[in-house]
Amino acid sequence: MNVTPQTHDHIVKSYDDELKRLTGELQRMGQLALAQLEAAVDAVIARDSHAASKIVHNDATIDSLEHEVSHDVVRLLALRQPMARDLREILAALRIATDIERIGDYAANVAKRSIVLNQSAPVQLVGALPRLARLAQSLVEDVLDAYRNYDANKALDAWARDEELDEQYTGLFRELLTYMMEDPRNITPCTHLLFMAKNLERIGDHATNIAENVYFLVHGTQIAQARRKGDTTSVLPLDDPR
Amino acid sequence: MTDAHFAVAASAAPAAAAVSASGVRPKMAARNLDFYYNGFHALKGVDFDIAEKRVTALIGPSGCGKSTLLRVFNRIYSIYPKLEAKGEVLLDGENILDPRFPLNRLRSKVGMVFQKPVPFPMSIYDNIAYGIRHYEKLPKAEMDARVEQALTQGALWGEVKDKLRQSALGLSGGQQQRLCIARAIALRPEVLLLDEPTSALDPIATGKIEQLISELKSQFTIAIVTHNMQQAARCSDYTAFMYLGELVEFGETETLFTKPTKTQTEDYITGRFG
Repeated sequence: MNVTPQTHDHIVKSYDDELKRLTGELQRMGQLALAQLEAAVDAVIARDSHAASKIVHNDATIDSLEHEVSHDVVRLLALRQPMARDLREILAALRIATDIERIGDYAANVAKRSIVLNQSAPVQLVGALPRLARLAQSLVEDVLDAYRNYDANKALDAWARDEELDEQYTGLFRELLTYMMEDPRNITPCTHLLFMAKNLERIGDHATNIAENVYFLVHGTQIAQARRKGDTTSVLPLDDPR
Repeated sequence: MTDAHFAVAASAAPAAAAVSASGVRPKMAARNLDFYYNGFHALKGVDFDIAEKRVTALIGPSGCGKSTLLRVFNRIYSIYPKLEAKGEVLLDGENILDPRFPLNRLRSKVGMVFQKPVPFPMSIYDNIAYGIRHYEKLPKAEMDARVEQALTQGALWGEVKDKLRQSALGLSGGQQQRLCIARAIALRPEVLLLDEPTSALDPIATGKIEQLISELKSQFTIAIVTHNMQQAARCSDYTAFMYLGELVEFGETETLFTKPTKTQTEDYITGRFG
């Protein structure tokens, strides 16, 4: 069940303005991180090093927005002494900003590696990466949407869907190992691809963190159930992955 | 009064279970309490407990009945005409609203401190000794010891020990308020009712009173009415939110200020009322 957003405004209107500014900053950060992620995957597919450099450069904007959020959170805590839902709103904003900033970092990392990847011959497997990216992207979209609408159910759905991303990543991991074994010349590009895939998988983890914070924001409690994890690469046996 | 007596009272009212479930015994309790002055219905069916040796805060907007409720707890209203309380207020299971409950005994068990410090126009020493003399005849040495003990418990001894014979009116506002608390605890009450004890004090004096409250709760059961929600959050173990004479929500302070269950409580503590 969703708890509807607060119906009354604060008696002190400037408090509402400050909270709105904070959530607005979060929305901007989220949109930027999503755009960065999309652009990074496009740059990988198009082998466009120029676009990739731009993405790496743009990451600083997300970082500076995160600083603004931190500053506003400290200010709100010190000057407004928030209680109950206001307190949760502010704590959630601080945590979610950290997660979005990391998502931005991972998008920039994907772009950075694509520049290196472009220096060697095209690898056929690059096509598997966008599938992973699209899933990561839709998870981030869903949790940001859940945040905007105080929708704990949507957050919970996205939270559970991260398992799918983990499984796809594990599949890609095995595939890349196979390629590397078949031809040692694949090792360099495939290692870069592996890191890029891992970056995308980590984006999913940060999306689940955001989902957990949306749930906390709405209900005031943590999600009770344990999340199933589909990333089994850390326990895969060392023998032939085929 | 016996535990069995209390158990009967507790079973009659479900609110008692909430506090006793946490392992704390209710020291005082209101049971279906209604209060009227000049026909105005000021308290409406209030049911709640004040846990023993804990701090219970009463919060709510002006006119919600929190001070009235506090005042019913030591029957102070009975000095005014046209005031009427219905229901029960139990102290260790005994109904203190029953006219047969001696007022003297009630006042010695339930002390009260008001918003504005009201030291008597006499020496610091006599301010403390005055109440004790009303109940006990003590030799001077014993009285001296009682005055010192009360002032020590009131966190004032160090500041006044060399000027006990000076007028209490010369003390600062914060010192006067601690003197009033010391005067109340000199009678060795079991319950202390504090009605906005720091609203006339500066932040340092307020801090000293709050520190004093945290020290006193190991010996006394404390109920505090405050307009300052942060103070309620800092000082109390349990908080009751009142609105228009009704008890809207009562629970552990941490829960009430982080995850209240009622929208009215949430609106009030987040400054959204209206």
